[in-house]
Amino acid sequence: MKPPPFDYHAPRSVGEALETLADVGEHGKVLAGGQSLIPMLNMRLAAPGHLVDINRLTELATLDVEPGGVRVGALARHAQVERSEEVAAAQPLLRQALRLVAHPVIRNRGTVVGSLVHADPAAELPAVLAVLGGSVRLARPGTVRDVPAAGFFTGILESAAEPGELAVSAFFPLLPPRSGTAFREVARRHGDYALAGVAALVGLDDDLRITTARVACVSVGPAPVLVDVTEACGHRPPASADWASAARAVQERTAPEADIHATADYRRHLTGVLAQQALRDAAREALDA
Amino acid sequence: MTTKLFGEPVRRREDPRLLTGQGRYLDDLGGDALAAAFVRSPHAHARIRDIDVSAAIDVDGLVAIYTWEDLPALLAQPLPLLIPHPALTHGRTAHPLARDVVRHVGEPVVMVVARDRYLAEDACALIRVDYEILKPVVGVEEAAQSAQLVHDDVPGNVGAHLVQEVPSAAGLGAREAIDAAPHTLAFRLDIERSASMPLEGRGVYARWDADDRSLRVYTSTQTSTSVRMAIAAKLGLPLPKVEVIAPDVGGGFGVKIVHPWPEEVLVPWAAILLGREIKWAEDRREHFVSSAHERAQVQSVRVGFDDDGRVLGLEVNILHDHGAYTPYGIIVPIITSTQLLGPYKIGAYRVEFSSIYTNTVQVTPYRGAGRPQAVFCMERTMDHIAAHLGADRTAVREVNFIRPDEFPYDQGLIFQDGRPLIYDSGDYPESLRMLKELIGWDSFPEAKARAAAEGRRIGIGIGCYVEGTGVGPYEGGHVQITSDGRVHVSTGLTSQGQGHETVFAQIAAAELGVPLERVSVVTGDTRRFGYAVGTFASRAAVMSGNAIALACRKVKEKALRIAADALEAAPGDLEIVDGEVRVLGAPGASIPLATVAVLSNPLRYAFDEEAARATQFAGTPAFDRPPVEEGQEPGLEGRDYYSPLRSTFASGMHAAIVETDPLTAEIRILRYAVVHDCGNLINPMIVEGQIHGGVAQGVGGALYERMVYDEHGQLLNASFMDFLMPYATEIPLVETAHLQTPSPLNPLGIKGAGEAGVIPVSAVIASAIEDAEGIGIDRMPISPSELFDLRRAATGRSTSET
Ligand SMILES: Cc1cc2nc3c(=O)[nH]c(=O)nc-3n(C[C@H](O)[C@H](O)[C@H](O)COP(=O)(O)OP(=O)(O)OC[C@H]3O[C@@H](n4cnc5c(N)ncnc54)[C@H](O)[C@@H]3O)c2cc1C
Repeated sequence: MKPPPFDYHAPRSVGEALETLADVGEHGKVLAGGQSLIPMLNMRLAAPGHLVDINRLTELATLDVEPGGVRVGALARHAQVERSEEVAAAQPLLRQALRLVAHPVIRNRGTVVGSLVHADPAAELPAVLAVLGGSVRLARPGTVRDVPAAGFFTGILESAAEPGELAVSAFFPLLPPRSGTAFREVARRHGDYALAGVAALVGLDDDLRITTARVACVSVGPAPVLVDVTEACGHRPPASADWASAARAVQERTAPEADIHATADYRRHLTGVLAQQALRDAAREALDA
Repeated sequence: MTTKLFGEPVRRREDPRLLTGQGRYLDDLGGDALAAAFVRSPHAHARIRDIDVSAAIDVDGLVAIYTWEDLPALLAQPLPLLIPHPALTHGRTAHPLARDVVRHVGEPVVMVVARDRYLAEDACALIRVDYEILKPVVGVEEAAQSAQLVHDDVPGNVGAHLVQEVPSAAGLGAREAIDAAPHTLAFRLDIERSASMPLEGRGVYARWDADDRSLRVYTSTQTSTSVRMAIAAKLGLPLPKVEVIAPDVGGGFGVKIVHPWPEEVLVPWAAILLGREIKWAEDRREHFVSSAHERAQVQSVRVGFDDDGRVLGLEVNILHDHGAYTPYGIIVPIITSTQLLGPYKIGAYRVEFSSIYTNTVQVTPYRGAGRPQAVFCMERTMDHIAAHLGADRTAVREVNFIRPDEFPYDQGLIFQDGRPLIYDSGDYPESLRMLKELIGWDSFPEAKARAAAEGRRIGIGIGCYVEGTGVGPYEGGHVQITSDGRVHVSTGLTSQGQGHETVFAQIAAAELGVPLERVSVVTGDTRRFGYAVGTFASRAAVMSGNAIALACRKVKEKALRIAADALEAAPGDLEIVDGEVRVLGAPGASIPLATVAVLSNPLRYAFDEEAARATQFAGTPAFDRPPVEEGQEPGLEGRDYYSPLRSTFASGMHAAIVETDPLTAEIRILRYAVVHDCGNLINPMIVEGQIHGGVAQGVGGALYERMVYDEHGQLLNASFMDFLMPYATEIPLVETAHLQTPSPLNPLGIKGAGEAGVIPVSAVIASAIEDAEGIGIDRMPISPSELFDLRRAATGRSTSET
């Protein structure tokens, strides 16, 4: 469990990092928190010729609450985002989800942007980006592009970030007024990747009737499964919403696979249970908002 | 014993060292050593056609590559079968490096030595082994029926087959007794694989001294003395020229009692050949696929009982999955067969096991060593009987208990040590009474009803066990008091963090009447003690503890004799308090043990003040006697061995309350209670620590851990990502109560405590889930996904409710 040989680069500026990444092209890999990449190197599941370590790029360790949303720089650690009161006030779903990501020591190193680029179908943050309709900003020398969540997660461990590109930040939109969020999951052990998990967003109108209800599910497809259940809930107040039919609508959209920890049926069942719980929780928050 | 140390919750003396990074584990040693790495088989069953190392030769820093063909005659043989048994008619062991055929994923094929482990792994990756893939045999029931063979010369894949039978008092065989019983039940039980999984893997570091022609080997082992003998034998070295030391060891739990591991002979061999220090530190993936696993068994049970639940006859058939090899013999299924009886008097008993080869990692003892399976079988049986009769589960156990006045109690079987299975002491009814009180057994139905009214499901479970501990044949202790007054204790068996340094020091300090701080303890170092068996079977405290006590008594006797001379008193009038020999009832008349140590050696060069006061010209020597009298030895030291007639039998009972989520099927342990009897307690805090750790491992085995092999013999979860060892967050608070029925077999009246915690946990959790759900649980571990399936099967509904 030692990595194969690679060249190590430690750029001092974003510009230098972009140049290096452009130079090494498809032989390069960005090293952020290393919580996913280093195990893959050690198990020789990945063998990039070049590692471009971005940990010295303090200019990327940013966390800004902007008028439209929260912008998280590529070097902002899970823990930093999780603990920010300002972020929690602006976009509570980030903290709700981050508490379920791994363990504190891993959150001290792992980055939010790294987690998005890594695109693990069991990871929480891709679901958060998906349900909020956020985006990731990708850069290469001279160009920057923003890729919306809907197009960012392209497959199991695959994202729209191309070789040579650096994800510099991610953007999580603020909640509209009278909205609430929740994250519910079941993991085998505390802090494990979830067997199933649901991020939910519920928005109400001035009469406190449901106008938006959507969920993003983890571990039930190659990428977060985004389902709009506004219709299924009915244009009703939360107390009389048909959560069960919403949950059924979610289940119908999932195509989980069996693995050594759970059958596909169980995952689908859990997704229904969790969707209902998460939607109720989110609606309760919306009422309190 | 004057100093009250025995029985005190003395804090572990090793903890400050171990908790502040001052421990020295295998990989902390030998910073400049070359590194070894291994090419291991990626196939479960294959014939090696060719090994091509040419691409690896160019790796910078490569030192050597070895295959089976390079091995000298003694090493080219299969590794020893450590514990043969007449029933093990087809014992098979592996070669240190595979010869022709590999029989499980992970079997070592090529050894590479390089400047560091990175380069060694780079070279491994470039070595091409050409395999002819053979059909693997996976799963114990499949293997028992398969025409495909793991070893060509082992028909039916059956390595061993053993029947033990104890007739009833009336002379009925078990089958007759069952057929004649008012009630009979038959069922099948299934337990999956887990593994010891110490946080520190195996590791070996060898240094050859070419000038002295001696070998020193550090190895992360549970038995340094036996590794030493194995190395001397396999490398053809004189035993006195081989030293083996177990440094700090980060857990063993059984897997490190196996010896010699291929690496334990290959690394020293290469170190001698190359004249260089070599180290191999196992990584986690290697540990998963190339060390050892345990637990997997399929059991068929038939039981006959009367209206009170009294068992009249019990018949158990066990299929034991042995993996690819049997280096440690059939200890595990023997223990299962014999310890199955637990605290009960069974009318007539018949147990039969077949030990079956499969193309998977070999099976050797893991903490509990066959007992968790045994207890699962017996306790599930008790619960089945209770359910059938509509009786309270504790009442059924109670009627079957051996009574306190029936000890010593002969179960009529032959135990793991080859000696009769005779329980020394115990009080099972009292233990049950204490447990029921601790967990609130009698009031649980109300709690359950209250929970149900809130839409919650809770259940209570129980499990009882008896554990043979402190098996022989012997252990020794050496105790030396030096002229600075310090006490040096050594014993040959090894430590893996159990707290031996503390407990053995407590025993020595109490026996000798010296302050604890003056005692130091060394274990597992063959330079200090050459004869030992090892640390397993909850035997360290019983065996080495008693040996050290006996050695201390020898030293004390000598100290009192010398002090009696000096103080002109009779030895019988002396006591040792706080490191001073005093005349009873004569304050002021005393002599420090340090001075006694000086007096014990007639050669008194004046290295220090103490000695200066006692040189040959300082006193008035007796000219009519030689300085060292006949039958005497210079120095204040003693060595003794403890070799018991039989094992001691510790016992215990656990109960748990679990909650199952009606929607998600998650399983949570709300309370966990333990009543534990290991005879006299040397240190209750350490015993509790052992219980807590054991329960934690038991919870792993009950709810989280399994080795998932696919039909190709690939281990699908060979990492801590997917092998779910529980975290602290998954472990409940463990509530304990102690019962002490001293063992009549040894001077300290103690029994072993090391494995107890793990033994009944699967049985207890199964019992509790069954109670919560009203669904029979007959295989463990159980996951939420499996509970979900069981619920669906029970309700016959196929759609999922939300
Ligand atoms: C024991 C354990 C448990 C875990 N449990 C969870 C969990 O429950 N939920 C969860 O979501 N995660 C979990 N993780 C993963 C953790 O959250 C990771 O930190 C995260 O997935 C990746 O972030 P990182 O900064 O460590 O990325 P790295 O490991 O450094 O990189 C991961 C991948 O992303 C690429 N990458 C990273 N940053 C950039 C960038 N700025 N631009 C372009 N490419 C980039 C890398 O090249 C690499 O391919 C766990 C990890 C461990 C070790």
